[in-house]
Amino acid sequence: MTTYQGIFDKSTVRFLAVLIAIAAAVPLLNTLDSSNPLHVSTYTMTLMGKYLCYALLAVAVDLVWGYLGILSLGHAAFFALGGYAMGMYLMRQIGDRGVYGDPLLPDFMVFLNWQELPWFWNGFDQFWYAALMIVLVPGLLAFVFGWLAFRSRVTGVYLSIITQALTYALLLAFFRNEMGFGGNNGLTDFKDILGFDLQANATRVALYIASAVALGLSYIACRFVVTSRLGRVAMAIRDAESRTRFIGYKVENVKLFIFVMSAVLAGIAGALYVPQVGIINPSEFSPLNSIELVVWVALGGRATLYGAVVGAVAVNYAKTYLTAALPEVWLFTLGAMFVLVTLFLPKGVMGILQRKSPANSSGSDDDTPKPELPQDGVKA
Amino acid sequence: MNLKKIMLAAAIAGSMSATQAMAADDTIKVGVLHSLSGTMAISETTLKDTMLMLIDEQNKKGGLLGKKLEAVVVDPASNWPLFAEKARELIEKKDVDAVFGCWTSVSRKSVLPVFEELDSLLFYPVQYEGEESSKNVFYTGAAPNQQAIPAVDYLMDQGVKRWVLAGTDYVYPRTTNKILEAYLKAKGVAASDIMINYTPFGHSDWQSIVSDIKKFGSKGQKTAVVSTINGDANVPFYKELGNQGISADEIPVVAFSVGEEELSGIDTKPLVGHLAAWNYFMSVESDVNDEFIDAWHAFIKDEDRVTNDPMEAHYIGFNMWVEAVEKAGTTDPSVVGDALIGVSVPNLTGGYSAMMPNHHITKPVLIGEIQDDGQFETVWKTSGLVAGDAWSDYLQGSKDLISDWRAPLSCGNYNVKTSKCSGQNY
Amino acid sequence: MIARVLWSFLLLACALTTHAATLEQGLEQLKSKDFSHIEQGIATIAASGDDNAELILNLLLNGEIYRHKKSNELVTIQGKEDKQLIIVNLFDDSGDSAQTVSKRKIKKVRINNKLRASLKSAIASLKLNSNDPVLRLEAVNQLIGKLNPVLYQTLLERQQTESDDRVKSLIDVALAVTDLNSQDSDKASQINAIELLSESLQPAARNALQQFVDETDNASLKFKANKGLRSIDERRKWAGHAETLFFGLSLGSVLVLAAIGLAITFGVMGVINMAHGELIMLGAYTTYVVQLLMPNNIALSILVSIPAAFLVSAIAGIMIERGVIRFLYGRPLETLLATFGISLILQQAVRSVFSPLNRSVATPEFMSGVIEINPVLSLTLNRLYIIAFCLIVFALLFMLLRYTRLGIEVRAVAQNRAMARAMGVRSEWVDAMTFGLGSGIAGVAGVALSQLTNVGPNLGQAYIIDSFMVVVFGGVGNLWGTLVAGLSLGVANKIMEPWAGAVLAKILVLVFIILFIQKRPRGLFPQKGRSAEG
Repeated sequence: MTTYQGIFDKSTVRFLAVLIAIAAAVPLLNTLDSSNPLHVSTYTMTLMGKYLCYALLAVAVDLVWGYLGILSLGHAAFFALGGYAMGMYLMRQIGDRGVYGDPLLPDFMVFLNWQELPWFWNGFDQFWYAALMIVLVPGLLAFVFGWLAFRSRVTGVYLSIITQALTYALLLAFFRNEMGFGGNNGLTDFKDILGFDLQANATRVALYIASAVALGLSYIACRFVVTSRLGRVAMAIRDAESRTRFIGYKVENVKLFIFVMSAVLAGIAGALYVPQVGIINPSEFSPLNSIELVVWVALGGRATLYGAVVGAVAVNYAKTYLTAALPEVWLFTLGAMFVLVTLFLPKGVMGILQRKSPANSSGSDDDTPKPELPQDGVKA
Repeated sequence: MNLKKIMLAAAIAGSMSATQAMAADDTIKVGVLHSLSGTMAISETTLKDTMLMLIDEQNKKGGLLGKKLEAVVVDPASNWPLFAEKARELIEKKDVDAVFGCWTSVSRKSVLPVFEELDSLLFYPVQYEGEESSKNVFYTGAAPNQQAIPAVDYLMDQGVKRWVLAGTDYVYPRTTNKILEAYLKAKGVAASDIMINYTPFGHSDWQSIVSDIKKFGSKGQKTAVVSTINGDANVPFYKELGNQGISADEIPVVAFSVGEEELSGIDTKPLVGHLAAWNYFMSVESDVNDEFIDAWHAFIKDEDRVTNDPMEAHYIGFNMWVEAVEKAGTTDPSVVGDALIGVSVPNLTGGYSAMMPNHHITKPVLIGEIQDDGQFETVWKTSGLVAGDAWSDYLQGSKDLISDWRAPLSCGNYNVKTSKCSGQNY
Repeated sequence: MIARVLWSFLLLACALTTHAATLEQGLEQLKSKDFSHIEQGIATIAASGDDNAELILNLLLNGEIYRHKKSNELVTIQGKEDKQLIIVNLFDDSGDSAQTVSKRKIKKVRINNKLRASLKSAIASLKLNSNDPVLRLEAVNQLIGKLNPVLYQTLLERQQTESDDRVKSLIDVALAVTDLNSQDSDKASQINAIELLSESLQPAARNALQQFVDETDNASLKFKANKGLRSIDERRKWAGHAETLFFGLSLGSVLVLAAIGLAITFGVMGVINMAHGELIMLGAYTTYVVQLLMPNNIALSILVSIPAAFLVSAIAGIMIERGVIRFLYGRPLETLLATFGISLILQQAVRSVFSPLNRSVATPEFMSGVIEINPVLSLTLNRLYIIAFCLIVFALLFMLLRYTRLGIEVRAVAQNRAMARAMGVRSEWVDAMTFGLGSGIAGVAGVALSQLTNVGPNLGQAYIIDSFMVVVFGGVGNLWGTLVAGLSLGVANKIMEPWAGAVLAKILVLVFIILFIQKRPRGLFPQKGRSAEG
């Protein structure tokens, strides 16, 4: 039942228009002379590129949480895995330009006396292989994890906590130096991507635009899914899982598809993030990161997709601004913001817009998100 | 207010803050890049205060080049990518002329490309694993040969035959232990007399490991633990040592990351006699140290606050920068960077420390025993100064590398065998 | 090494006695900056036979002797006045020499670990003649494996007169360790020694047997010694298992303590309380503050801290509940968002009030030390106390929920809010009390943790994830589940740690939890009935 109009409803069109405008304007303003008041510095552009990656990640979380009702507290894991895949490619690109000049081994392996490249590093010198892995590794992990969990009907908080256990286990694993991923220092000191110097302005512009394009395309893909028949079943599962199952839908398959798709999107976000920030390290797996990104989505407004984008950008901009302006007390401000938004804006920041223009809603937008933990049981 | 407006507002806000940087030019700005929140705030907040004190004192002396110094403090929140972002913000937007900051290796690795790209200066005050020499970074903390190796020498002298190398599983302990293992083996210690153990960050349950150490040490030969255990995990580790009754005269523990400040969070009575190797102790008797401690107490308004080695490193680094700026007559980082080599300033142990061509400094090495008041008592000291060695002679990959940032070599990792300078970003 | 030190000190002592070594001579040597002179001083004092010798050596060992820099007198610190110190000369009981000086005017008489070891040996040999058998036992323990001919003679004499059985048998072992590997022992005494040592679990005994096996040419003796080694190893293995179990239980009890408050707020009320860790942290800081208020009575301060921490955290919890959470019932996931914000605020508040540095919380006398079951198995007292504490807290909580009116109301509201209200239960009040109870117990956990780990702003974050794991693994809403889950995860972790390493053990436990939840999607003890769905 997916129609062109269904996907490109008013809010989507607006969102894409704004995205395209920003994606085009920033690089243009970046070329202006730095004395021009409208000039956007490369610093700001890279920063916005980073926000766009976070926004993509938030969209991925919103897809499973907002539309499928699975509160994943481990989505940072998929993000980080995508990032590591990209990081490994960038490390291999350094080649013999590392400090030890070893043609094959990355620096951290040389000084820990590794004799040869571990098998899982093979192939990462090819971009197509790395690109495949960026999609495949998070996707496969999500598939195996989801296949196990959904088949055994793990739901609600139990599912949330084991996703947290997953990312926590990966965090600990990647910390181990024996794993061959650079331990706590992670992967860093990248030089170039596809032959282009990472520090060059043009590369930065390209990465920024790539992030915007990835966000736009992913957004459309998510809209496609949520307005499709599959998306409607997903929302049915969110609202009454047992009932949907009794009606005869294969709940597990729907969940698995959306979960894997979300993980792949998170992986792509991670892959775009790494060359822009210049480092990937195990702290990206931290369970607190996962919780924080759920907070972005909740703050922006759940089950709207664009709410997730707004939440991610708003929180991260606040962080950037406050850590410089109020370095001593910024946590108070951020914490208070979370509390106040929850109390007074139950539908997130975007909830204000919906309340003001009820006609604006279409499809799922007017559904009140249901909690995973109903106070009383399902009335069967 | 609709979606588009919000987006636009955000974009405008972003570009506005970008243009704010064109501020007044009558001060010299110094960036302070230490975590004030998150896991590393515990150690780094003190260093931020130290920098504020040093800048304050310099201003009292009349500033620098006739201008006042201004500290620009940001909070990278123990978040490594945020370190890079904040470094860029300090240099590009706030126009600082030098940055003092970082604690963990990963935060330094994260900001390093930023400093190299924007050609600014970073003073890094913490002991670290070596294996790095950047044109833009000045390492005022100890390299492994300024801390670990003298400590092991001392213990060997004390008759230690069996060694436990215990560390947190990250790069600094890994590298240090690699170096120490090679060093011990070169000194004729058998592999069976070395036990290596790694634990995760913030490890809090040390029962099994301490019990293993106890068993390893009960084989009749003098045993010592060389600890590269990272900050937070130390308190439960030492508490467990005390609980299981391991005293320093049976199995001494020598630590490289435990200083006065870490001890101020522990009841040190059961720990008396355990060791630490540093380049400075608060208990060092020198006039300049007494002055520094008094100034610190006056600044922080707390007589009970301690001083520690990384604070001394900032003291040295800051004074070196001041002297180099005065020598060069400008704060332009590329000129000051060259002027820094060879600068020599007083350290707090009563001597002078000099900046070497490899961007590391010369320092004395002290071994101290923990006292019941949380201070260290120096029990051994190198006879002269030890120059920091960027590339360890005990590691396969790095023994052929040297670093010399003076012309004509101007290279941080020059391979003397292949006569090649690799890994440079410019 | 130590034997060599003792040898030199003995020779020296002999040499000095001929010149009528006096305490004064020894004290004079202590004033030197050179460790070797101080070492001679210790030897002189030990050999002086003076009644004060043991006292002086003990003072020196504890680092209580200072040298006045100007007058070059040995002094001790009597007290403090403002920032100044009051010092008196050594042996001045009248206090005439008392004077007030600044900290920088005096210098501690330095000792290092080597001197500490020789001090302990010297004190031990002086203590051998003590009237208290416990002290004698300690002294022999100190000397075991470190005997030299003179001490050997002393012990031999002591063996004849020793009345206490335990001391006597330990002396036998100490002598046997020396006999076994001595050049001039005959075969009979060696056999005797092997038999004695095979019975002992002292590490020195095993080392002596091992050394004997490595060096002897006599096949039959070697066989005997090997047999002895095997029997020792067998018993040590059991001790090892017992130790692992103990470690596991104590780790488990820490997990249970941290999680049990969450079992109430999360398990019973369904509130995902991300600030739970910070409530634990508040409890730990309360312990610190109470200790600051009563610095002279550490033992009492810990006991006072327990109710104090409960109150502080409970009040904080009730404020959180009344101020924020009560508006969010029915939207439990949003409590996650709000409480995450609260946890950030609490962390930063503690940083602002107490500084970001860790705070030092002292361990009271009654909690430090070990219970030695045998020489290879000793249980640390503070861990024992924490296991006991955990069980007491659990029992009290369990009874409270089971038998009090509040407990019944709590369970009623958790099972069916509407019905409970219809029966006249003030559900709002019950909510606040339940949340306060869970928070208060988190505070009590903080008191226990202050004895084991850092008291700092990051304390809470270190335990929050583990706590959620324990509650979910045990089954949400089931207190027994939390207890069993915490203890079994602790033991599993400790069993795996020796062969997998600390990091891998933790990863394996997490993977195990993930797989276990697949098998039992509602945890160890799933809730039954209508309220279980969802």
